[in-house]
Amino acid sequence: MSQSAVVEDTLEEPFQGRRNRVRELLHAHPTLGSLIVLVAAGVIFGLVNHRFLVPVNVSIMLQQVAVIGALALGQTVIILTAGIDLSVGAAMILAQLIMAELAVASGVPAPAAILVGVAAGAATGVLNGALVTRATLPPFIVTLGTLSIFTALGILYSGGQTYTAVPGSLLAWTGTVVAIGSFQITTGVLMMLAMYLVVGYMLGRTAWGRHVYAVGDDLEASRLAGVRTDRVLFSVYILAGVIFGLAGWIQVGRVGSASTNISTTLNLDSITAVVIGGTSLFGGRGLVLGTLFGALIVEVFQNGLSLAGVEDLYQLMAEGILVLAAVGVDQWIRRVRR
Amino acid sequence: MPILNIRHRPKRRIVPLAATAAAVVVASMVVAACGSSSSSESPSAADSSHAPIKVTLILKDLSNPYWIFMRNAARAEAAKLGVSLKVFAGQTDSDTTTQINAIEDAISAGDSGIIVVSNGNAVNSAIQKARSAGIAVYALDTVPIPASSVDMTFATDNTEAGRLIGQWAAAKLQGAKADIALLDDVTTEVVEVDVDRNHGFLEGMGISPGKPDVNGTEAKSGHYTGGQGGSYTIACQLPTGGSESGGQSAMETCLSKDPNINVVYAINEPAAEGAVRALKAADKHGVTVVAIDGACTALPFIKSGEIGATAGQFPGTMAKLGIAAVVKDIRSGVKPKATHGLDFFDTGTKLYTNSPQHGVQSVSAAHAKTLCWG
Repeated sequence: MSQSAVVEDTLEEPFQGRRNRVRELLHAHPTLGSLIVLVAAGVIFGLVNHRFLVPVNVSIMLQQVAVIGALALGQTVIILTAGIDLSVGAAMILAQLIMAELAVASGVPAPAAILVGVAAGAATGVLNGALVTRATLPPFIVTLGTLSIFTALGILYSGGQTYTAVPGSLLAWTGTVVAIGSFQITTGVLMMLAMYLVVGYMLGRTAWGRHVYAVGDDLEASRLAGVRTDRVLFSVYILAGVIFGLAGWIQVGRVGSASTNISTTLNLDSITAVVIGGTSLFGGRGLVLGTLFGALIVEVFQNGLSLAGVEDLYQLMAEGILVLAAVGVDQWIRRVRR
Repeated sequence: MPILNIRHRPKRRIVPLAATAAAVVVASMVVAACGSSSSSESPSAADSSHAPIKVTLILKDLSNPYWIFMRNAARAEAAKLGVSLKVFAGQTDSDTTTQINAIEDAISAGDSGIIVVSNGNAVNSAIQKARSAGIAVYALDTVPIPASSVDMTFATDNTEAGRLIGQWAAAKLQGAKADIALLDDVTTEVVEVDVDRNHGFLEGMGISPGKPDVNGTEAKSGHYTGGQGGSYTIACQLPTGGSESGGQSAMETCLSKDPNINVVYAINEPAAEGAVRALKAADKHGVTVVAIDGACTALPFIKSGEIGATAGQFPGTMAKLGIAAVVKDIRSGVKPKATHGLDFFDTGTKLYTNSPQHGVQSVSAAHAKTLCWG
């Protein structure tokens, strides 16, 4: 679809010069830009610090990106529909508190506890989805509200306790280290990557996926074309909820425990990854692979600057510059379409 | 697909220019990063025969002046001892993710020491990883649970600090009925410092704090035995987040519940200062406000009596001892010992007040100028 648009535009006003060829290329391959930044950043940081590209550090970066990568995946699907989810972090924290409380404190068998936790994640999606489609409230407002609700529920449910997972238990399974060559990957990382494969397939190769893009592109047109838009939107929020639940499991494995104190900026971090990955906040355009690159770019910058001895406030600043640069480039690429 | 920005026709070149500019900025930051690291590392490497000791300091956040003071004190000590110090902090004091990442990055960077003020138990497994990698890990200010998670913690005995202000408040009442507002830190989770200070205050007043590990289980009324003793009621117990605005709104709520409050316990000085502002606005006089911290900025309040007494902490000492302990540990393997009867190294506390009470040791606001931090 975007390919044909390029051809038309080229006929209208031929691209001139090298800059326009770059723009054309970036437009045809939306994830190319983020891939280039990722590789370039990797090479530069590798040259700066000899410890950066060693397997141990690469493994750590992958482990650090597992949770935010998973959250950003759910966020991508929602943003593709021109929505946004501010409750991702709170939903994940609630899900992991429930599964850990059940398994650790209430003695529920781990598989059941994890299932209930993921179901709680799905339930957060049901609530968000229902409010967006049935009550027809804007996603921003809905999830701003549910952000507070899920946060409060998590604290009420846990009473501020930390639940430490028994090492070796199924609850902590996502933290199990799998050696691939000299890389120390955790099962949580593999799970996150598998989720990208599954969702990538669903979006790219199924009718449902095409409907998601269509709804994000133009809700009214898709409805007139016979797409059951409410159903598509609802399913997107539920899918995202399941992803957040699974992200909760990855989180428990990563830190070995569940508590309310994780991070207060997970929602914004997930949006950052999506935006840097080239997905349009206006919906209908983007790939989950780009989000994975986006999450990795943020991680590479944080870790690379950290190893280079740059303190975290500058890392935060660099992250901000990255977001602005990504959106700037995105807008520039859009000019192709005129 | 909606076509965006089509109206910005005349300025078409701005966006590619902006994108290029942003890319240049990013690139220059990378270059700056390389520059700063090589300039900070190479001189010390040239000076001494052995490689410089690399230490990462991880604070709770950088929005509270307490942590900024601690960072500056640590930097000064690191410079003195020739330690290469990197400082990180959570984005808020409940952000464990950033702290965990910073610990892992320190392991990757080959640091030999980590000093951490933990934002929660979630950080423990990362600390364990660092110690398994042979890194000396010390904690400041907040004792991790269990205390043995780190090589040693340098911290205020918060129970003792609470006890001091409790004893002082009880003595100040001279047998009058105590109508108490408890302004805690948080209700979102159980924070040990929060519980220690609250319980210390109650014990100092001569009130049994109830269950040992949580706040709010003391009897809501009865008799206090501190000072000359008398009857008491707990008028309210609210979280403040340890901030001025939190202290102010908590105090306002407390006064709505009970306008006769005459004793206010606050988790720290910002919360106490907020409470003072609420009391002033409500035109309440003669209320005894007590707090913990010992910041120089709080001394005017001590002088005026708006904050009756505060138990001073010594974050500079914590930072100094922490850096020195890491260096000693790495050079000689000698680890510091905990203070007798405690599971951490007590960096001490002193009561600052201009209204000294019999039986409670204190120093005046004027004298505290030489002890305060900030």
